[in-house]
Amino acid sequence: MLHIVACIKQVPDTKVIKLNPKTNTMDRTSAPAILNPYDAHAVEEAVRLKNKYGGIVSVLTMGPPPAVKAIRKCIEIGADEGYMISDRAFAGADTLATSYALTKALEKIQKDTPIDLIICGKMTIDGDTGQVGPGIARRLDMPPLTNVNKVVEVNKEEQFAIIHRKLEDGHEVIQTALPCLFSVEKEINEVPFSPLPHMIKAARYKPTIWAVSDLEDVDKTQLGLKGSPTIVSKVWPPEKPKGGEILDGSPQEKVEQILSMVLEKKELFQQHKEGV
Amino acid sequence: MGEKFDVIIVGAGPAGTACAYTLAKSGVSVLLVERGEYPGSKNVMGGVLYRKMMEDVIPEFYKEAPIERQIVEQRFMMLDEQSAVTFSYKGMEWDQEPFNNFTVLRAKFDQWFANKAVEQGAVLVNETVVESCIVEDGKVVGIRTDRPDGEVYADVVVLADGVNSLLAKSLGFHKEFRPDEVALAVMEVLKLDKKIIEDRFSLEGNQGCTFEIFGDSTKGILGTAWLYTNKSSINIGVGAMLSGLIKHKIKPYQLLDYVKNHPILRKYIQGVEQQEYLAHLIPEGGFHSMPQIVGDGVLVVGDAAQLVNAIHREGSNMAMTSGVLAAETIMAAKEREDYSTATLDSYRVNLLNSFVGKDLKKYKDATHHFEKFPHYFEKYIPMMNKAAGQMLTIDGTPKKDKQKKIWKEMGTAGQKFSMAKDAIKAWRVMK
Ligand SMILES: Cc1cc2nc3c(=O)[nH]c(=O)nc-3n(C[C@H](O)[C@H](O)[C@H](O)COP(=O)(O)OP(=O)(O)OC[C@H]3O[C@@H](n4cnc5c(N)ncnc54)[C@H](O)[C@@H]3O)c2cc1C
Repeated sequence: MLHIVACIKQVPDTKVIKLNPKTNTMDRTSAPAILNPYDAHAVEEAVRLKNKYGGIVSVLTMGPPPAVKAIRKCIEIGADEGYMISDRAFAGADTLATSYALTKALEKIQKDTPIDLIICGKMTIDGDTGQVGPGIARRLDMPPLTNVNKVVEVNKEEQFAIIHRKLEDGHEVIQTALPCLFSVEKEINEVPFSPLPHMIKAARYKPTIWAVSDLEDVDKTQLGLKGSPTIVSKVWPPEKPKGGEILDGSPQEKVEQILSMVLEKKELFQQHKEGV
Repeated sequence: MGEKFDVIIVGAGPAGTACAYTLAKSGVSVLLVERGEYPGSKNVMGGVLYRKMMEDVIPEFYKEAPIERQIVEQRFMMLDEQSAVTFSYKGMEWDQEPFNNFTVLRAKFDQWFANKAVEQGAVLVNETVVESCIVEDGKVVGIRTDRPDGEVYADVVVLADGVNSLLAKSLGFHKEFRPDEVALAVMEVLKLDKKIIEDRFSLEGNQGCTFEIFGDSTKGILGTAWLYTNKSSINIGVGAMLSGLIKHKIKPYQLLDYVKNHPILRKYIQGVEQQEYLAHLIPEGGFHSMPQIVGDGVLVVGDAAQLVNAIHREGSNMAMTSGVLAAETIMAAKEREDYSTATLDSYRVNLLNSFVGKDLKKYKDATHHFEKFPHYFEKYIPMMNKAAGQMLTIDGTPKKDKQKKIWKEMGTAGQKFSMAKDAIKAWRVMK
């Protein structure tokens, strides 16, 4: 039986979030909390593999108590079980400390039911780093496969999987040993409208919640703010692109205007001295 | 076959949630289905929540519910183009527990309330539209939703799906409402600094006030405008009978623009930032428009049953009371294991005997009367304002001469006679 764990996170919806104009940091209360959109695809992929090969899908998150909502969303998508680690000691964690804490939780899950595959979203929309997945894989000593945009086969008996990795100019086909970790692109699947029985199950669902004291062999210095070497030295908003120009007049006039503007940009027409 | 619950409730507004809470608290298995992203996400209300009926559901709810302000002053304004006659009551007894009523923002309040029902054990499913009732042998036995595998079953289905209930309509309980049975309302939530609100409206701490504005605010169409204070925003809106809007060819947002720019009102909303724009129907047909509300295995509550007292802008409280009464009837039916129309009919009887039925009966002709005779709004309010203005303008004219002049301006003896008749008629429908 295949056991797939998806690591997920609740994030503020950055489509609507406001920035604090003084500190340039996100005002997290200004936006609703949602399941990180990439993670929805991770869970969906896990559910598809379960439907294809049989098995169970668990999801794991680290977060404050309201993050239970994100786990429920995963149950709606079709996950079977949800685990959450929640403790003040985890607060302020960077990607290093986060991957450490999640690894400790995965080890605990593993004791009950060995894990064959871990799937993460490509990155979170509030942090944008994409480092947690590979961090977990290193700590668990399994191959990390990033930018996965297609799973061709997962073979538990022979302990391998074949996937596609998205590259800038095509894709790479890889065969890997199990257990391993994928972090997946959005285009790997479409998350469908959940069936009603999943919605009802999710509405009732109570995930397993662990505090630090429930985990084993934890080095507390590696948790939370203490375990986070990342220093944010400066936060600034990206430069606003200069607004374009809207041309007036008849189509004929507009074409003339744009041609003369293009022709004025001499640098576009300079001959390349060397190279291609 | 889908799962079976004791009760399915469609719609997590005040009516559905009050019903779900009451049932779940007594251990009845309840599925509450809401189409919005979360309860309240699309719900609209001017904003006055009445303490009494909410406390019948959750005592001392105000200690933890997301309320905006406790209302200590209610102003009533008769507006003309350039003038207003205002009557107001402000009472400090309303500033103390248990309070009289509150302003709320429904998006927050409904969500909180529904969570309370969930804490009692109700199962809440959001983002799901109920498309129809499952009817077998003339009995409602469940619902069909827009989701895959979307059927669920129950002994009783409660329709709390709000004004213009499509589900009650598809069961044949009512026809499409006529334009003189519903009002169309538009409202804006305008952000304003807490401190400015308190200074501008003479409020201290968490005190709030409400304005109800009649007359020119709806250009004489039957309806009202309102302005309510929240913690750090103001709700301003206008609602008018759909039939009047159609007749006068006025769009509701034009009325709202007019109100916002009215010389007497615009100062109150100076310096605001628009936060939300909302539009909604209000069922205002009253007692005469009440549809069938009981059937085999089905009950209708709240706006879906047209339970709104338009004259006193009460709706959410009637919704809650109807939800509680429906729950009580269902619990009694459950003991007898009989969900037939005959058994469930005690809901209708109890509703009509409660304040809901009594108030709806008392005002059963009021909206229709004012709708039929628009001159109450079009003519009498300007006349009264003019009279007040003249009496209070000190220009050396003796008061007696002023009264004579006002009396003369009120028209010929015949016109005065019909005015007196109107006054008596108005008294009759309101008494
Ligand atoms: C502008 C305005 C101002 C008002 N001001 C006041 C006021 O100040 N005080 C007051 O007491 N009352 C006021 N009212 C009236 C009050 O809002 C209503 O009477 C009250 O909301 C009725 O509650 P309800 O639960 O019956 O319906 P609603 O609050 O309308 O709730 C119905 C719920 O059902 C859901 N739903 C509908 N169809 C479906 C479906 N097919 N499947 C799933 N879910 C569905 C909706 O999303 C909604 O959440 C006002 C109304 C308006 C429009």
